[in-house]
Amino acid sequence: MCGIAGLIHRGRSSNVGSELQGMLQALKHRGEDSTGYALYGDTDGKNFIMRFKVGENVGEGSSSVVEDVSVYDERKKIVDETLIELGAKIIKEERTLPYSLRYEISYDKKDLLDFSQRIESIPGVEILSMGKSLEVIKDLGNAKAVCDRYSLDKLIGTHAIGHARMATESGVDIKSAHPFWGYPFSDVSVVHNGQLTNYWNNRRALENKGMRFMSECDSELIAVYIAQKMREGASLEEGMKESLTGLDGVFTYFVATKNSLGMAKDTMAAKPLVLYESDELVAMGSEEIAIRSVLPQEIETYDPFDGEVKVWQI
Amino acid sequence: MANLKNVTKKSKAQSMGMHTEVLTGRTQQKFFDPDEAENFYYFGTYDVDFNKRTNLDVKDMNAAEANKEIDKLMSEGYGTIVIKNPQGKHSLGVGILNKLNLIFEGSLGYFGMGSCDGPIVRINGRVGWSCAENLMAGKVVIEKNAGSCFGAAIRGGDLICKGSVGARTGIDMKGGTIIIGGDAGAFTGFMMQRGRIIILGNVGINLGDSMYDGTIFVGGEIGSYGSDAVDSELTESDQDWLRRKLKVAEIGENFDVSKMKKIVAGKKLWNYDNLEPTEKKGAI
Repeated sequence: MCGIAGLIHRGRSSNVGSELQGMLQALKHRGEDSTGYALYGDTDGKNFIMRFKVGENVGEGSSSVVEDVSVYDERKKIVDETLIELGAKIIKEERTLPYSLRYEISYDKKDLLDFSQRIESIPGVEILSMGKSLEVIKDLGNAKAVCDRYSLDKLIGTHAIGHARMATESGVDIKSAHPFWGYPFSDVSVVHNGQLTNYWNNRRALENKGMRFMSECDSELIAVYIAQKMREGASLEEGMKESLTGLDGVFTYFVATKNSLGMAKDTMAAKPLVLYESDELVAMGSEEIAIRSVLPQEIETYDPFDGEVKVWQI
Repeated sequence: MANLKNVTKKSKAQSMGMHTEVLTGRTQQKFFDPDEAENFYYFGTYDVDFNKRTNLDVKDMNAAEANKEIDKLMSEGYGTIVIKNPQGKHSLGVGILNKLNLIFEGSLGYFGMGSCDGPIVRINGRVGWSCAENLMAGKVVIEKNAGSCFGAAIRGGDLICKGSVGARTGIDMKGGTIIIGGDAGAFTGFMMQRGRIIILGNVGINLGDSMYDGTIFVGGEIGSYGSDAVDSELTESDQDWLRRKLKVAEIGENFDVSKMKKIVAGKKLWNYDNLEPTEKKGAI
């Protein structure tokens, strides 16, 4: 089933970590195999924030293979060496969990394709997000469990999207969890509710164009598809509109960039979405109770229609 | 009420004023015997007094607790119940099988007022997916917007949304009337089998796709027609009925119904002719 939620404050910052936690926790009945956050925090915009993993959460319910922590240490060491080779400088390092790390790095080049390919060529290493505002945090468990594990409730920012996952067509692991980073674009993330039926055709075509897939989760295709459209010169909104015909299946998805948040709904309108929109705030989720967690008062909400695409700026 | 013993089988359903279609399927028509009246009372229903009114704040209750409390109030004879702080909770007000005046001061989530038979409900907010699914009789009025699958599989009663609705409104409906004051999404009337849908605004793609029977009236633009859905002539009788219905529903009273489009099934796919339980009750 899965549940998605997102919000964007327009013209101000707020405690988006705590707000998104409340929204996703309200949707936990839609799936709590894993939960993911894409948070756009207030930063000075100078350095990149790289969230990456050097292994999987192998806790109860995980479909991943157990590895020794020493393997994680070895992978981290290779990442550090590779960053030096790439000319990147680690400004700040946090190791939240043995397999999950957050680096603030100084890196001058704008094209992240070569950078990402080098880092991800290290076996077992995956960049969860790369950007000057975006941080993708995803792990097994419900929204509160993940929020507590990574201390996300104090994160201040302008917008955020998140996902409560019921695993159906791929494993219970972090690599299949949402949100997906719009590799190799800085600060682009995607969450999705639905199923894509032309996944393999699109994947093969995109791989032939040099794009990478880290999982076999069909939702990852949306992030890669939109990223490729933007690589070809399309705006976010144009890429999303093209996806309505380029992607086959049933879907509602959100895409966020450093300054914007967008939603798209397939032409069958088979997946739910409730939307609240005002001059100060846009909040949306698979069910109204997600919005109610941040706006308990009586509000005007509606379901976007089939084939609808909307994009909001901060 | 017509004397059913003295009318021909072919026109019995019409004589009861329940619908205008002539039911000529292959199966045997069976009509209600007044001696079986007692069989039409449900267990767990209550005789309530509309003048006995109370409030119920469900802010700190889950759906099961709230519904049990509504049931308890009905058992005590309360006929008018005002629900405070529904806050988008799912499955509120389901399974009410007796007369009741129920008012929600706020919005409902999924499956609100599902499987009901008889209550008069006013929701001063919006509703999520599948509102009033399987409604047998009664009236549900939503002041704001509604989600998808609005009135799925209803068999009777009036379901009114003053705002706009999502996709698949009236999917698989088998009777009753759905009235939409605003716009409706894709696949409205999908596989509907009987009953009527009125949309004053625009409607999305694939209107009336695979509909067996029933009628859809549209006041605005139509995105596209679904398979087997075709235009039909809007008669004077249709217009009279539309005016009456909109007036009773307190929605679009001044709407020019003469310009509405009437959509019906292009092929005769159905094979049924029995009356719905609600219609049988109408013969009592």
